[in-house]
Amino acid sequence: MARHQQARDTALESYFDVGVPTPETPIGDVPMLAMDMETTGLDEQRHAIVSIGVVPFDLRRIRLAERRYWVVRPPRPLNERSITFHHITHSEIEQAPDLDDVLDELLAAMAGRIVVVHYRHIERTFLNAAVRARRGEGIHFPVIDTMSLEARLHRQPLWARFRRWMGRPPASIRLPDSRTRYGLPPYQAHHALIDAMATAELLQAQIAHRYSPETPLSEIWS
Amino acid sequence: MQVELLEIRQHMAQFPPFEQLSDDLLDELASQVEVGYFQAETDIYHHGDAVEYLHYIRSGAIDLYRRNGDLYNRLSEGDIFGQFDLLRDQRVRFPARAIEDTLIYFIPLAAFQHLCEADDNFADFVEVERPRLESTVDQQRKGHEMLVTRVRKLATRAPVMVESGATVQEAAQRMGEHSASSVLVLAAPQTPDDSHAFTHEDGQLRRMIGILTDHDLRNRVLAKGRPTSTTVGELIDERPITIQSDESVYEAMLRMLRNNIHHLPVLYRRRPVGVLHLSDIVRHETNSSLYLVDNIFRQPNAEGLATMSRDVRAAFVRMVNEDDNSQMVGSSLSSIGRAFTRRLLELAEEELGPPPVPYCFMALGSMARNEQSIVTDQDNALVLDDSFDPEQHDAYFLTLAQRVSDGLAACGYSYCKGDVMATNARWRQPLHVWQQYFRDWIDDPSAERLLHSSIFFDLDSVYGDEAFAESLQDLVAERASQRPRFLAAMARNALNRTPPLGFFRTFVMEKDGEQNNTINLKRRGTAPLVDLIRVHALACGSRAQNSFDRLEDINKTRLLAGHSGERIRYALEFIAMVRIRHQVIDIQEEREPDNNIEPENVSDNERHNLKDAFQVLSNAQKFLKFRYPMPSQKR
Repeated sequence: MARHQQARDTALESYFDVGVPTPETPIGDVPMLAMDMETTGLDEQRHAIVSIGVVPFDLRRIRLAERRYWVVRPPRPLNERSITFHHITHSEIEQAPDLDDVLDELLAAMAGRIVVVHYRHIERTFLNAAVRARRGEGIHFPVIDTMSLEARLHRQPLWARFRRWMGRPPASIRLPDSRTRYGLPPYQAHHALIDAMATAELLQAQIAHRYSPETPLSEIWS
Repeated sequence: MQVELLEIRQHMAQFPPFEQLSDDLLDELASQVEVGYFQAETDIYHHGDAVEYLHYIRSGAIDLYRRNGDLYNRLSEGDIFGQFDLLRDQRVRFPARAIEDTLIYFIPLAAFQHLCEADDNFADFVEVERPRLESTVDQQRKGHEMLVTRVRKLATRAPVMVESGATVQEAAQRMGEHSASSVLVLAAPQTPDDSHAFTHEDGQLRRMIGILTDHDLRNRVLAKGRPTSTTVGELIDERPITIQSDESVYEAMLRMLRNNIHHLPVLYRRRPVGVLHLSDIVRHETNSSLYLVDNIFRQPNAEGLATMSRDVRAAFVRMVNEDDNSQMVGSSLSSIGRAFTRRLLELAEEELGPPPVPYCFMALGSMARNEQSIVTDQDNALVLDDSFDPEQHDAYFLTLAQRVSDGLAACGYSYCKGDVMATNARWRQPLHVWQQYFRDWIDDPSAERLLHSSIFFDLDSVYGDEAFAESLQDLVAERASQRPRFLAAMARNALNRTPPLGFFRTFVMEKDGEQNNTINLKRRGTAPLVDLIRVHALACGSRAQNSFDRLEDINKTRLLAGHSGERIRYALEFIAMVRIRHQVIDIQEEREPDNNIEPENVSDNERHNLKDAFQVLSNAQKFLKFRYPMPSQKR
């Protein structure tokens, strides 16, 4: 609770106040929030967030009615005109608010929920850097990473080496390919909210096939 | 527009009952769904569970069970379940289990109720139990299909689009690559808040400013000698006529006709989602028999008519699949046959000049009874005015008859094996000769004359002076009922063809104990029924030609006891429908349709009903013999 004591920012304070489910909580009882971001690049020091999509869910239901989606204006001007974002226009970005203006709503959506992403190194690091820049302190939070859950199965060193030895390429753990393995329909990707929804469906499928609602959270989060 | 919901709404928009919802209702619905994943072989819900959602299968497949564990229904992508429970007591009646990995969209009760209130089609769809449901929906579809089918259902290909700065050559190349007959032309919005602007795939704001068709490439580029470097923007008319994706096909057709255009850009809000071509509507409507008849009258020559026989089969299949009964199918096919005949006569008259004396072209047999089937030959005759002089006039009418007969044969109506056609001089006669034929056949029936009576006494005018045909119908109706010997002879004749004795899973049992593995449903079922109905109709002086109409006239008299008239109607309808359904199967499996069915291809239910129908026929034949005894010669 040291973090809690330090937090000065009221939004951060109330986020930390709610806390997160304990590691022993069965995954079936865990409220979750699927999240996806579009960024201008992969380096959180040089690049910035352009859009964020979140949708709350649990193992039974993904609640689209409670979805949130924000386009935000990066603090650094978009000098590369060549960067294009599907479904987002440059003028839309120019007119968008700064992340600071939507941060309170985002933190409120995250409160009490475990964030679920596909590839944790984007969402967690970008959000931490962005919050630190705006509120003076960072935000660290546990996530469930559906990509790393797939990697556990398909990228175990021994198994991967065996595949290489057999001359087979490693199984793709990209979001669309992972979904196909569970009989999930293809979605047109590259929209933060659609990808968040796709990630939530993937986690439901992964738990159904390989874990159970009783599996403790600690076995699943990263 | 909420791009993130497109995935959901576009999927649902392909399936009933959602396909008929307005775009607004669809958007609203998509924003409220909840999603859940079910692994194969897991339960979705159990008997007695509370139901709070309508379930939509986004992918996968599920089984619904009865309480005793029997399978009730199997559903897959695009199907819905749970609607009856929602409308009843909101408890699960049929438990559901995923049989494949399945993704379900859950539509909350409140959203479901809102849809029922806002859209009558939706309410009708979900409120009716399955069997009734399908027929109701089909009824509606038949009545005003063009009014309820939405444009997006026909415009399924993404539009090909170019920038207005592109050259016509580039545009033509794009059209070639996509085998498209048009491209939509895009430009930057005029002002930042242009109300016609939409966000293009590349993220740029764009507006659709026009359409370029292959017709334009011919008339505005090639014909005018313009260079291939001309830009598309220079050629097109701005502000094209467009249609919204949720408007009706009927509206689209009107808009094309009114503006004399063949391509109509389809928009969802401001975004182009397709181009509707007139031929898309035509293709959609081609299989309707009304359209078919209309099209027959537009054919410029006999060759054109001959190309339409495929369309007749398609229309036939569609009618049967839409649950039309045998009367509707029979009368539609007869209307189509009459249309062919009329058009051939019109074309012949155009070429041969006007007829030298008035005439009436008569249809005989099934076409006259409005009971034509897809397997049929032509039976026809010419009644000429009494001023007819063979020396002067017959060459004209012979040629006319040949044109029609040959033309019908080319359209799939084979020549009559018994030569009952107007090309036969005996059946190309003035009215007074016909009247004498009919009187002789009735007054002094012989075997040959009885055969003629059973063919010619089903007669109707197809073209020309109807009064001739009517006077012959009157003669038969008035005279036949007064001639017991004729009726008795006709009744005897009607017993020549009999139903089989038994009908088993793999064979047909005949009276002599022989077993056949095929049965001709016309010869052994519909034809003897039609024959015996004709005898009763002649006896009661009915002027009707159609067997069902004749039965109605018969039932007004006391000729038949109790409910036997109703039973005969049922038997005729049932046997005719089995025959029709098996012809559809033949066509769908690309065999030549015929009147035969093999018992092994008959479902248990069909076989059971067929047995009953044959029994009705057998009893009705026994009664016929008893009802019309041969008058004693001594008297």
